[in-house]
Amino acid sequence: MIPGAFAYHRPKTVKDAVAMLSELGPDARPLAGGHSLIPMMKLRLSSPAHLVDLRAIGELKGIRAEGAEVVIGAMTTQHDVIADSMLAARLPILRETALVIADPQVRYVGTIGGNVANGDPGNDMPAVMLCLGAVYQVAGRKGERRIAARKFYEGAYMTALEPGEMVTAIRIPVPPSGHGAAYEKLKRKVGDYATAAAAVVLTMSGGRAATCSIGLTNLAETPLWAEEAAKAVVGTTIDAAAVKKAAAAAEAIASPASDNRGPAEYRKKMAGVMVARALARAKTRAG
Amino acid sequence: MAKVQVTMKVNGAPAEGLVEPRTLLIHFLREQLNLTGAHVGCDTSHCGACTVDLDGRSVKSCTMFAVQADGADILTVEGLAAPGGTLHALQEGFREMHGLQCGFCTPGMLTRGYRLLEENPRPSEDEIRAGIAGNLCRCTGYQNIVKAIQYAAARLAGAPVKEAAE
Amino acid sequence: MNDVTPSSAERAEKLQGMGCKRKRVEDIRFVQGKGSYVDDLKLPGMLHGDLVRSPYGHARVRKIDAAKAKALPGVVAVLTAADLKPLNLHYMPTLAGDVQAVLAEEKVLYQNQEVAFVIATDRYVAADAAELVEVEYEELPALVDPFKAMAPGAPVLREDIKDKTDGAHGKRKHYNHIFAWQIGEKEATDQAFRKAEVTVKELISYQRVHPCPLETCQCVASFDKIKGELTVWGTFQAPHVIRTVASLISKIPEHKIHVIAPDIGGGFGNKVGAYPGYICAVVASIVTGRPVKWVEDRIENLSATSFARDYHMTTEIAATKDGRVTGLRVHVLADHGAFDACADPSKWPAGFFNIVTGSYDFPVAHVAVDGVYTNKAPGGVAYRCSFRVTEAAYCIERAMDILAQKLGLDPAELRLRNLIRREQFPYQSALGWEYDSGDYHAALKKAMDAVDYRALRAEQKARQEAFKRGETRELMGIGVSFFTEIVGAGPSRNCDILGIAMFDSAEIRIHPTGAVTARMGTKSQGQGHETTYAQIIASELGLPADDITVEEGNTDTAPYGLGTYGSRSTPTAGAATAMAARKIKAKAQMIAADLLEVSEYDLEWDVDRFRVKGNPERFKTMKELAWAAYNRVPKGLEPGLEAVNYYDPPNMTYPFGAYICVLDVDVDTGVCKVRRFYALDDCGTRINPMIIEGQIHGGLTEAFAIAMGQEIRYDEIGNCTNPSFMDYFLPTAVETPKWETDWTTTPSPHHPIGAKGVGESPNVGGVPCFANAVNDAFKFLGSTHIAMPHNHWRTWTVADKLGLHG
Repeated sequence: MIPGAFAYHRPKTVKDAVAMLSELGPDARPLAGGHSLIPMMKLRLSSPAHLVDLRAIGELKGIRAEGAEVVIGAMTTQHDVIADSMLAARLPILRETALVIADPQVRYVGTIGGNVANGDPGNDMPAVMLCLGAVYQVAGRKGERRIAARKFYEGAYMTALEPGEMVTAIRIPVPPSGHGAAYEKLKRKVGDYATAAAAVVLTMSGGRAATCSIGLTNLAETPLWAEEAAKAVVGTTIDAAAVKKAAAAAEAIASPASDNRGPAEYRKKMAGVMVARALARAKTRAG
Repeated sequence: MAKVQVTMKVNGAPAEGLVEPRTLLIHFLREQLNLTGAHVGCDTSHCGACTVDLDGRSVKSCTMFAVQADGADILTVEGLAAPGGTLHALQEGFREMHGLQCGFCTPGMLTRGYRLLEENPRPSEDEIRAGIAGNLCRCTGYQNIVKAIQYAAARLAGAPVKEAAE
Repeated sequence: MNDVTPSSAERAEKLQGMGCKRKRVEDIRFVQGKGSYVDDLKLPGMLHGDLVRSPYGHARVRKIDAAKAKALPGVVAVLTAADLKPLNLHYMPTLAGDVQAVLAEEKVLYQNQEVAFVIATDRYVAADAAELVEVEYEELPALVDPFKAMAPGAPVLREDIKDKTDGAHGKRKHYNHIFAWQIGEKEATDQAFRKAEVTVKELISYQRVHPCPLETCQCVASFDKIKGELTVWGTFQAPHVIRTVASLISKIPEHKIHVIAPDIGGGFGNKVGAYPGYICAVVASIVTGRPVKWVEDRIENLSATSFARDYHMTTEIAATKDGRVTGLRVHVLADHGAFDACADPSKWPAGFFNIVTGSYDFPVAHVAVDGVYTNKAPGGVAYRCSFRVTEAAYCIERAMDILAQKLGLDPAELRLRNLIRREQFPYQSALGWEYDSGDYHAALKKAMDAVDYRALRAEQKARQEAFKRGETRELMGIGVSFFTEIVGAGPSRNCDILGIAMFDSAEIRIHPTGAVTARMGTKSQGQGHETTYAQIIASELGLPADDITVEEGNTDTAPYGLGTYGSRSTPTAGAATAMAARKIKAKAQMIAADLLEVSEYDLEWDVDRFRVKGNPERFKTMKELAWAAYNRVPKGLEPGLEAVNYYDPPNMTYPFGAYICVLDVDVDTGVCKVRRFYALDDCGTRINPMIIEGQIHGGLTEAFAIAMGQEIRYDEIGNCTNPSFMDYFLPTAVETPKWETDWTTTPSPHHPIGAKGVGESPNVGGVPCFANAVNDAFKFLGSTHIAMPHNHWRTWTVADKLGLHG
């Protein structure tokens, strides 16, 4: 499988990258890790005339704490996310999620920015970002703006990014210490997209869930923020009845396609099972 | 499309060439540098037969353009043995433990195993299995590949190696 | 004898002969990236071919316009059926007596069928040009379900043969019918069923899968116009057969065709046949006068080159109340896709499916098979099994479990009551085979003891009780399978490929220094022949294995052979190797007698030498005899020391084994986790235990993949929905279970070294073992048969239908 021809650009700054993307128009695509885009190009499902490689832009890399937030540069790889000790301590769900994305080679190259920005409903990080209430820092010709993850996804491969815009960083409000989180993913094998997956972040107080947020992966055209499912457990001990309610609420908003992972009906049910299991694990982890 | 110049270090030696921007790194290595150890097995970045080590990372060279590797330091299976020809402990381990059959996935497995041991010199069996999960093998069932990597880990640590396969 | 003379045992050990875990010779190049595979080959002026393929499952080809493609700089030519037709190469003969379109002429009959072949200066340009070939199609209704193939009014698939009433195996019943084949005693079998105390019946389907070696199919063709000679390097499991077929098709004399199979990156049956890409590359080289390379990509491989299985087996067993089988009746509907390109010996349109009585003493049996066309890729190869043997093993092993369930018997117990007994060998099966040797009861009992079968059943019982009480959501399944393979095709009275008897060959040349070059008609694709054949020679001739080079795959140098598939290498070429070595040894003995001035009869063989009986200090080593053969041969004897043997086996060999699998099923997700897998194999004499174990690991892993997830799926309009590694299940090291291997040794009585072949046993025995384990988990709830593959959603659906989700 051979990709079509394109012109290659390697800007050194975000400003230059944005200028190029705006100038070259819709035939240009930013290239991050490339592990979604390049296979699509090899299948000739995507034939951009220009690729703007972001790898030389130093300002897009790195993980840092900024007050109550953690800021992760868009070109930070999944491997970097897994290896970062600050993240492991403050946002362990990111490491847990990154570890079930693709395989080791892909994680060395695949970036968190690419994962959240390309709008592929099969990507794992978007649901986690919805769950965490992350905000994407976006650069465009008109300057910078911020878009809440929960408002970012509009359809399969359709996002709130305007032409010429790119995600430069992800800002994540750090949940309080003692929170419990889990990412539960059902897949056929390593390297697969989720049949269904659920991200849960919760806090417990006096044996009851004080707060809870739930995100779902690959169960609709976009990642889903399952508000009703989360509400079903807040104030409860996360007992069986509450979990059942949460699972049902998750199933109710899931509208997966039938594919080789299973018929829609099955995948919908798996949304509930993944939510139930993620809740159980998050609860045991909450301090 | 106009060709562009790429320069990199491959197996310790400088390498350069003119490539189309769309030239995949695997094709640059195999066809321009005649390093045919790494293979194309799946085209969709699942099988890992094309794995090489690039700037300290294991990458699938079928899912990377040669231009993206401009300036990189690359190690392929051809560069694993010592300059005098002494096999790397992994190469020795794969032979000792019968970690290969048709040999097609082997170069990718070896370069992946190399990076895995660089990062985690004494991996558990589960860590090895997770560590090579980006490399498919159709022949061995992986069990002896795991043993081969364990053999290499022990050898590199100067520890006695276990009894050979079976 | 003095003190420094090594003992016989010490000398034998140094030879690295049969029975030792010799490290593989091949590995030295492979671990250094110095294997030599087809795509590594670069020839001066070489062009690259790429195929334009049909997006439709069934369509009329209205028009092909290659003008834009031809105008692209770097494009040398574009071939279509119109170019091949004058050469009579637009169709090629298949191994099954049918023809297959090389490039589609008027119709396409499956998605990704070959329509045009683009030839360009590099593979990138070829890919660009393939996109520029404009083909106008008129879509036709697709026939995907084999059960609808022979319905009245079903779409006519093969217009080229629609009025042909005779197929390669008799009358055709319908325009989409390929063949009917039957074997066994129908009336006696029907009678057994009429009298039976108990009967069971089930439709047991084995889904369409693909062998999927990691290296795809590929070739380089180079035609030398001056010499009129064609050289083809390719991924060929049977290079000589390819040469003969190429000669018959192209009319190039066979001595002017050179076929070379270099290192092959796995075959598993995928690389037995000839594919349109090969023909196109050859024609392209003849047309352009330059070498042409064709390399399939993975989607092409999975969707267009040979599939395996797609067998739908309606299976019935008759038995007594106390669990004695009295009859077996099977009807198979075989989906062969759009062309019958099934790779079986010519007289066997359903392969050796009549091994379906398995390891059990069925007094009577009857099998009938109907092959049909559908709008799917052609093929029907033996994916890591002898011809249709894994289908047969899956069929009988599932059916025996279903019978056990009906009788309320433990599946292992039912098997013990019906296994062929040791004293019955050689055993005549009801469907015509003569099983050579076996000790089935000993094998199954050893397996049951090794896993503590009773304790597992007790644990399962406790788990079922806990499940009923709501204490666990996991069920435990224990799968038992006992298989008999039939490998080593074959006696020439039974087996031929396009008229060529299925013997195999070895040629051994002992050089003056005692070094050896040996060549065989088989072709390793990872089996380690360079290592193991040398071990046979080492043991037979007393020369160190390290001094023996084994070569295969070059038709100019290797003796004619039928290739490697169906676990036939050891039974045929392995036997030929031993026989050729024995010819050499006989001559060496004459030379030794002459040198030692005794009668041949006064000599005895001792590991690596002939010595004088009763006077062991007087001896000549084989190395000395090699020198003598070129230096001082006895009067009347030719100089030199070499031999060739073409071995036509008197019978096939019958490896067998007992496998037990333990797995846990998560009823809420359908995920099955294999906890334990124990495999006991009996492949007769063991040449290299390390390689045997490796073959079993690999075969079990492929069996696991097939049973738990592999499937080539088509939607209702004939789109292949999963031809990539995203969807086609190849397990990674994480999903793959750990394997426990064990063995018994029952040599084959008719094979020169008693070996039987092993590469495919684990696939044959493994698939039903996994399937039986999954079925076993649900059996106590009334489930009888669950279709493969046992992927998550299918397993979950079973649980759902049983009401386990509340």
